[in-house]
Amino acid sequence: MDRVAAQVSDKDVKYIGPAFAGTSWKHEINVREFIQLNVHPYTGDEAFLAPPTERTLSLWKEVRKLMDEEHAKGGTLDMDTDIVSTIVSHAPGYIDKPLEQIVGLQTDKPFKRALMPFGGIKVAEHACEAYGYKVSPEIHQAFTHYRKTHNDGVFDVYTKAIRDARKSGIITGLPDGYGRGRIIGDYRRVALYGVDYLVQERKEQGAALEPVINEDTIRLREEISEQIRALGQLKEMAASYGYDISKPAMNAKEAIQWTYFGYLAAVKEQNGAAMSIGRVSSFLDIYIERDLKSGLITETEAQELIDHLVMKLRMVRFARTPEYNELFSGDPTWVTEVLGGMSLDGRTLVTKTTFRFLHTLTNLGPAPEPNLTVLWSVNLPPAFKKYCAHMSITTSAIQYENDDLMRPYWGDDYGIACCVSAMRIGKQMQFFGARANLAKTLLYAINGGRDEISGKQVGPALAPITSDVLNYDEVLARLDQMMDYLASTYMDALNIIHYMHDKYCYERIEMALHDRDILRTMACGIAGLSIACDSLSAIKYAKVHVKRDERGLAVGFDIEGEYPAYGNNDDRVDSIAVDLVERFMRKLKTRKTYRNAVPTQSVLTITSNVVYGKKTGDTPDGRKAGEPFAPGANPMHGRDKKGALASLSSVAKLPYQHSQDGISNTFSIIPGALGKTNHGRKDNLVGLLDGYFMSGGHHLNVNVFDREMLMDAMDHPEKYPQLTIRVSGYAVNFIKLTREQQLDVIHRTFHQCV
Amino acid sequence: MHSMSVNVEGYVHSVETGGAVDGPGLRFVVFLSGCHLRCLYCHNPDTWHMKDAKKTGVAHLLNEVLLYAHYLKRTGGGVTCTGGEPLAQPDFVTAFFQGCKAMGLHTALDTNGFLGDHATDALLDATDLVLLDIKAWDPGVYKSLTGAELTPTLRFAERLAEIGKPTWLRYVLVPGWTDNLEHVTELAAYAAKLKMEKVEVLPFHKMGEPKWEALKLPYQLKDTQPPAPELIAHVKEIFVSHGLKTV
Repeated sequence: MDRVAAQVSDKDVKYIGPAFAGTSWKHEINVREFIQLNVHPYTGDEAFLAPPTERTLSLWKEVRKLMDEEHAKGGTLDMDTDIVSTIVSHAPGYIDKPLEQIVGLQTDKPFKRALMPFGGIKVAEHACEAYGYKVSPEIHQAFTHYRKTHNDGVFDVYTKAIRDARKSGIITGLPDGYGRGRIIGDYRRVALYGVDYLVQERKEQGAALEPVINEDTIRLREEISEQIRALGQLKEMAASYGYDISKPAMNAKEAIQWTYFGYLAAVKEQNGAAMSIGRVSSFLDIYIERDLKSGLITETEAQELIDHLVMKLRMVRFARTPEYNELFSGDPTWVTEVLGGMSLDGRTLVTKTTFRFLHTLTNLGPAPEPNLTVLWSVNLPPAFKKYCAHMSITTSAIQYENDDLMRPYWGDDYGIACCVSAMRIGKQMQFFGARANLAKTLLYAINGGRDEISGKQVGPALAPITSDVLNYDEVLARLDQMMDYLASTYMDALNIIHYMHDKYCYERIEMALHDRDILRTMACGIAGLSIACDSLSAIKYAKVHVKRDERGLAVGFDIEGEYPAYGNNDDRVDSIAVDLVERFMRKLKTRKTYRNAVPTQSVLTITSNVVYGKKTGDTPDGRKAGEPFAPGANPMHGRDKKGALASLSSVAKLPYQHSQDGISNTFSIIPGALGKTNHGRKDNLVGLLDGYFMSGGHHLNVNVFDREMLMDAMDHPEKYPQLTIRVSGYAVNFIKLTREQQLDVIHRTFHQCV
Repeated sequence: MHSMSVNVEGYVHSVETGGAVDGPGLRFVVFLSGCHLRCLYCHNPDTWHMKDAKKTGVAHLLNEVLLYAHYLKRTGGGVTCTGGEPLAQPDFVTAFFQGCKAMGLHTALDTNGFLGDHATDALLDATDLVLLDIKAWDPGVYKSLTGAELTPTLRFAERLAEIGKPTWLRYVLVPGWTDNLEHVTELAAYAAKLKMEKVEVLPFHKMGEPKWEALKLPYQLKDTQPPAPELIAHVKEIFVSHGLKTV
C-alpha cells in the first residue's frame, strides 16, 4: 500500500500513513478524531466470528504448558537477577517464533520475570528471594550505594504520623515500595503516527518551553528528554524483532504489532500496580476493516491476529512479593482493555473487533487478563448486549462500567486504569493512592485515636467516647474529626510518594505517549464503607453497648435490637453511606496536592478487603475482629436480604460525582437464579445491567456460577485450570487465590431464589 | 384503580427483588403469608401463618415496586405473588395487581388453586399469568401430600381455561409421591385439553428442610432423594408428547 503524505504547512513533521479520512488529526496528534472519522460501528451479532486457527491452538497449547509449569513451581517460572530491565535490556524473546503472528516478550524468555529495582531495591530483592532467587551483588551494590530508588526517597521524607498510620493499617497498600502504575500510554499513537512523528512533536514541544525556565519547566524539559530517549529505545527494541516502527503502520498486522510494541515497552520498564492497555479494539478495527475490504486478510486471519495479541497480554508478568500478593492476590496485572461504549454523537463504538476481543474467551478459553471491561450504555446495540451477557454467563470474565455515566465526564475516548478509574487516553493520568480504612477510622473516633489492636496512639488524641451505649451524634462528630486527620495524613503520604516516583521511577515511555500537558488526578480511596455505614446505622437505630478492655479501649460491641443494613435499598442507612463518601471527598478536596492534581476517590478494595479485615478489630455493626470486609462498595455478605435488585439499588446510590475514581460492585449469581432457559438468562442479565446503570450504578463485576463448583475447585484445582472469577475490579484464576481468599469469595452473597 | 383499594392491607412475609424463576423476565416477588395446604415438601413453611407476617399497606408495597420498575420492564418481567397462598388474601392481591398494571408491569399469580373460588373476576382481570401448582393428579396422593382435596384446584384450572387466562402448570416431581407415570400422563392430557401455555417440572429439593427444623416441625421427606435426571427428562417428555411446552 502506498503511503500518503499529508500537507502540513507549519510543521516539519508529516503524516505518511495509509489514506484514512480526515485531515486535522494528521497535522497534530489526535487519535480520537481519527477514530471518529474512520470507525465502523457494528450492530450485528456474533455469527461472523471465526474459530481459532491451527497456529493459534498450537501456540496456545505451548503457552498453557508454560503456565502449568509456572503454577507447579509455586507461581513463578523464572526470574532475572542480573539484568535491570529497560526497553532495550533484553534480546528478543519468543515462544515459538514460526507460530507467532504478534511478537515481543518482556524478557528474552516467556514467563521470565524482569528485575525492576527503580521502585525499590528491597522489594525487588524480596520478590526474588521469595521464589528462591538472589539479585546479583553488582546490582545490589549499585542500588544501595550509587542509585537511589523511589522507595528510599519516600522514606527519607515520610513523617511520623504517616509511618504510624501505615503501620497500623489505617492506610494500606500505598505504592511506596513498588511501581504506582495506573498510567495508560496511548499506545495507538505508535501505530497511527510512527515513532519519528512522535519524537518530532515532542522536540517542538520541548523547544516551546525555552523562554521561561523555572522549576516546573526544568522538570518538564527533563521529562521530555527522557521521553524522547524512550521513544528512540522503543524503535530500537522493535528493530531487534525485525520491525521498523519509525513510520506509521500500513496494515492490520502492523497496527496491532506497533501498538503492542508501545505497550510492551511500558511493561518492560514499569512494574506498575496496574498496566492497562487502554482502548485499542475499535481503533485496530479500522485497519482490520480496511484489510478485509481489500482482500488482504480473511476473517479467520483477523481473529488470529487478535487471538495472538491477547495471548501476549495474558503473558504479562511482574516480580512481586508475597505481601503484595496478599493484598492483590492471584498475580493480577490489570491489562485493562475497554470495549464498546458510545460516541458523543450517538453512534456506537462497538465494532466487529470488539466482538473479536470477547471471542478470545471462547477461542482460548476464559482468563483473567486482559481485564476485559465493557463500557455499557443503554443504547448499545441489542445484539452486542446479548453477546456480552452470553459471554458473562459462560466465562464470568467480564466487568461492566457505565458509559452513560462517565461519557459526560471523560468524553468518548477514555480508558480504565486498573479496575474502575476512568481517564482520557493520552490526556490524563492519575497518581494512584490505594486506600484508607474507614472502618478503622470509626474505631479511632471511638477510642480517641488509639489503635484498637496495638493500643498505640496513632491518630490525634481526641477525647475517647466513654459511655456504655454509643450515641450517634457524638460518634459522628468524633468521626468527622478523625476523618480530617485521615485525609490530611493520607494526602501527605500521597504527595510524597508521587513526588518521589516522578523523580526516581518516572514512566518515560508511557508519558511519551501522552500529550505534553495533561490532567492529573490524585486518586484516593476508601475501604470498609459498608462496615462503617452499618456500624453507624446500628448506633443510630439499635442500641450498641461497648465492651472495653483493661486498656480502656473499645474492643467489642453488643447490639441490642435490629438495624437497617446497607444493601436493602433502605434510605435510612444508604443515606449514611452516601454521606460518608461525600464527607471524605470534601475533606480530600481541601488538601494541597502535588503537581496540582485534582483529588478524587474510589470505593474499591481489590482483594485487600481480606487484609483490611485482619487489621481491624470488632466493629459496632457486629463484625468480629479479623473478619474480612465486603469488597469495594459491596454490602456486607449476607446482610443484603431483599434480593439482587435491592442490593444493586443501594450501591447505585453512591454518588459518582464524589467518587470519580470509581465505585466497584461485585455481583455473583447462580445460573438458575438468572432464569430457567439460556435465552431467558441472557435477556435477564441484559435487563439487570440496563437497570443498574440507568439507576446510576458505576461498575459491576458479573459472576455466574454455583458455589458448589468453587468448593470443588478448592479441593480439586487440577480440574479447573482456567476457572476465572471476578473479584473487586479484576478477574483471577480462582485456583491462584490463597485459601483464605477463596473462602472469602465463597462466603459472599450469591444471589439465588429458593 | 379504585380509590379505596390503596388502603388495603395484607400480610406480607417478605419480598425478593430480582427473582427470575417465577414467570417471565426479572420479577419482584411478593411472599404472602397464610396457606391452607400442608405440603410435605413445602420450602416455605415459615409462610403458613398470617400471624407471623408484617401487615403491609398496598400503597407501601407499590411504592417499593416502583423502585425497580425499570429493571422489570426491560426484561418483560413484572411482579409475582406467591407465598404462602396468595388467594388467602384476594383483596390485597387484586389491589396490588391493579396498581402494578397501572405501572405497566406484568402480573403473575403463583397459586395452588385450592382457594380458586376466592379469585374474583376483578382479580383475574388484573392477572396476566397464573402459575398453577397441581401438586398431584391422583386425589388420594394429593390428599396425603397436601392434606387437602384436589377438586377445587381442578375447578379453578377449568375456569382459567374458560376465560382464556394464560396459565403455566407447575408440577413438583417427588420420587415415591408424584412420579407415577400413568398419573403424569393423565395430568398431561388434562393440561393439553385446557391449552396450558407451558409446563414447569420442578424437581423436588430439600432446601426447605432447615426451615422445618427451625420451626421444630417434623420433616417427613428426610429420606426422599431428588429425582434422577433421567426421570425428570422422562416426565418432561410425557408433557411434550401431549403438545405442551416445558422448561
